[in-house]
Amino acid sequence: MRIIIRTEKCSGCGECVSSCPFSAIEIKDDKAYINEYCNFCSACLNVCPEGAIVEIAEQGDAKEAADLSSYKGVWAFAEQREGKLAPVALELLGEGRKLADQLKTELSAVLFGAGEHEARELIRWGADNVYHVADPALNRFNDEPYSQLLIRLVRQYKPEIVLAGATAIGRSFVPRVAGKLKTGLTADCTALEIDRDSGNLLQIRPAFGGNIMATILCPDYRPQIATVRPRVMKKGLYDADRNGKILSVPAHGITSGTKVLEVVQESSECMVNLQDAEIIVSGGRGLGDTKGFELVRELAELLGGAVGASRGAVDEGWIPYRHQVGQTGKTVCPKIYIACGISGAVQHLVGMQSSDIIIAINKNAEAPIFNVATYGIVGDVYEVLPMMIRKLKEAKA
Amino acid sequence: MNCIVCVKQVPDTAEVRINPETNTLIREGVPSIINPYDLHAIEAALQVREKVGGKVTVITMGPPQAEDALREAVSMGVDEVRLISDRAFAGSDTWATSYTLSKAVEKLGFDIIFCGKQAIDGDTAQVGPEIAEFLNIPHIAYVKKVEDISASSVKVHRLMDDGYDVVESTVPVLLTVVKEINTPRLPSLKGKMAAKKAVITKMDAQAIGAEQENVGLKGSPTQVKNIFAPQSKVNRKALDGTLEQQVDALIEELRRMKCV
Repeated sequence: MRIIIRTEKCSGCGECVSSCPFSAIEIKDDKAYINEYCNFCSACLNVCPEGAIVEIAEQGDAKEAADLSSYKGVWAFAEQREGKLAPVALELLGEGRKLADQLKTELSAVLFGAGEHEARELIRWGADNVYHVADPALNRFNDEPYSQLLIRLVRQYKPEIVLAGATAIGRSFVPRVAGKLKTGLTADCTALEIDRDSGNLLQIRPAFGGNIMATILCPDYRPQIATVRPRVMKKGLYDADRNGKILSVPAHGITSGTKVLEVVQESSECMVNLQDAEIIVSGGRGLGDTKGFELVRELAELLGGAVGASRGAVDEGWIPYRHQVGQTGKTVCPKIYIACGISGAVQHLVGMQSSDIIIAINKNAEAPIFNVATYGIVGDVYEVLPMMIRKLKEAKA
Repeated sequence: MNCIVCVKQVPDTAEVRINPETNTLIREGVPSIINPYDLHAIEAALQVREKVGGKVTVITMGPPQAEDALREAVSMGVDEVRLISDRAFAGSDTWATSYTLSKAVEKLGFDIIFCGKQAIDGDTAQVGPEIAEFLNIPHIAYVKKVEDISASSVKVHRLMDDGYDVVESTVPVLLTVVKEINTPRLPSLKGKMAAKKAVITKMDAQAIGAEQENVGLKGSPTQVKNIFAPQSKVNRKALDGTLEQQVDALIEELRRMKCV
């Protein structure tokens, strides 16, 4: 498929130029022209008053569709670390359960490492089946064994959807699986839905630096694989009496060029603080420099909260990465999130917009952060923060 | 040691803004840069060359103007650059991109491949590991420290969500690196001169031996169905009056929520 402009019909009016989210249409010599930024997103197709923009088929478009109907069931990859289930595993089961019910199919968990107790837990959290490779060597994450085993299982049992956590583990080995199987992989989805007509998985994620949301489809290949960040989806209901099947899978014939020599767990108090905090005070580029974070920290301390940051502030080197909230940092949902000098790129918003109450302080009234804010104050953070700190101190005294 | 670094030219997303009226991206005047993580990958490769010898080749897949990214790489002191460019590559998703890059590095020959952990425009972090799978070699993602390196093996620290792992791998291997690994060097004057003069060699689909059905839109399993502006959902509560009155009202709300 390609999108072309029928030059003979084009009047050069430029309507299409502003319709293109990728700036892929230019006017040259009074005619519209599509440049190499074209993403084939079809946004321009219906805007041309002359009907000069058309979609044309290319040779090879009509590939013989693989027999997609033989792929059935939803899988959730259940991540564990040193034998303990990661919270994201249970969140994926919660989301997977919804998708499986809509598709009227089964939900299976895939567990590498850990023991029978963990496998049973996965059933109680919503799985109908658990494919369990109970080899203790798998308690330590290693890319090649994990990808080889998942590839083998997918080829054997043909699931239509595979979900994995967008964690250090999931983001590292799942691309190998998608590469080998020749299928689509959508990273860091913030919402998943089933298309009513086609039954395809609609995978929604921030795109283009997080300034816009995109719905991604994988219509012609199976399985449809998506990763989801921790804390984005909700756990399902725990049912201690729930029954399901555990299928034990052998780990023979696995090879690896890498060897994990040592696992070093770092107690990162701040990380825990951020994700468990009821109140988070976050700073962004609008703070201007490192000193701004002293105000943010002071306010956070007064409120008994944790300190967060936008990627902009982290990139500037004002605060360490472990404080970062957003698509490439932590996803948080505190009771109160106070954004100071944060403009609110989608990338940041997806990491904090499920907070109960959002307070935004920014001097730019047009900043997108105000679109998600419960309370907004348009003003200079260097005026507002000291004022808040002073008044809170007075209230405490 | 033959090192290849895969880099991507990206719009400086910190500068990209959205037009609130049309919900489209304003790309005008947005500078193109080398993906910041890829600068750390180039630096890591240069340090390997300094330690054990060999050469560093930087490649990028993109339109002709991605040449600028390669010139910047030359200015940092890399030995060779290649532009992987062909109209047929347009519309590539991560699968087709990984396939194309794997074909190119296969053609060039390598011991260690370096990539940034992810690109700041897509943030998928998929292309590195996928290239390794296509080449049938191991990879280690999120490398924050190279502890040891020899002709036959590497030992690195891999960043995890709860700490780090010490991982050893045979060579050839692909490593994706995080910012903590190093501080990228600035171009030298000599480097800048070399960058100006550098002749950029281009490789197209035929030159790297890529099959037509695996590149570009045709080789991409995923499709962008539509794009939309993020929605706002909130019931906004107004704060009125002077700045001080607004702050007072806010603190009153915090008090009501028992936060003060």
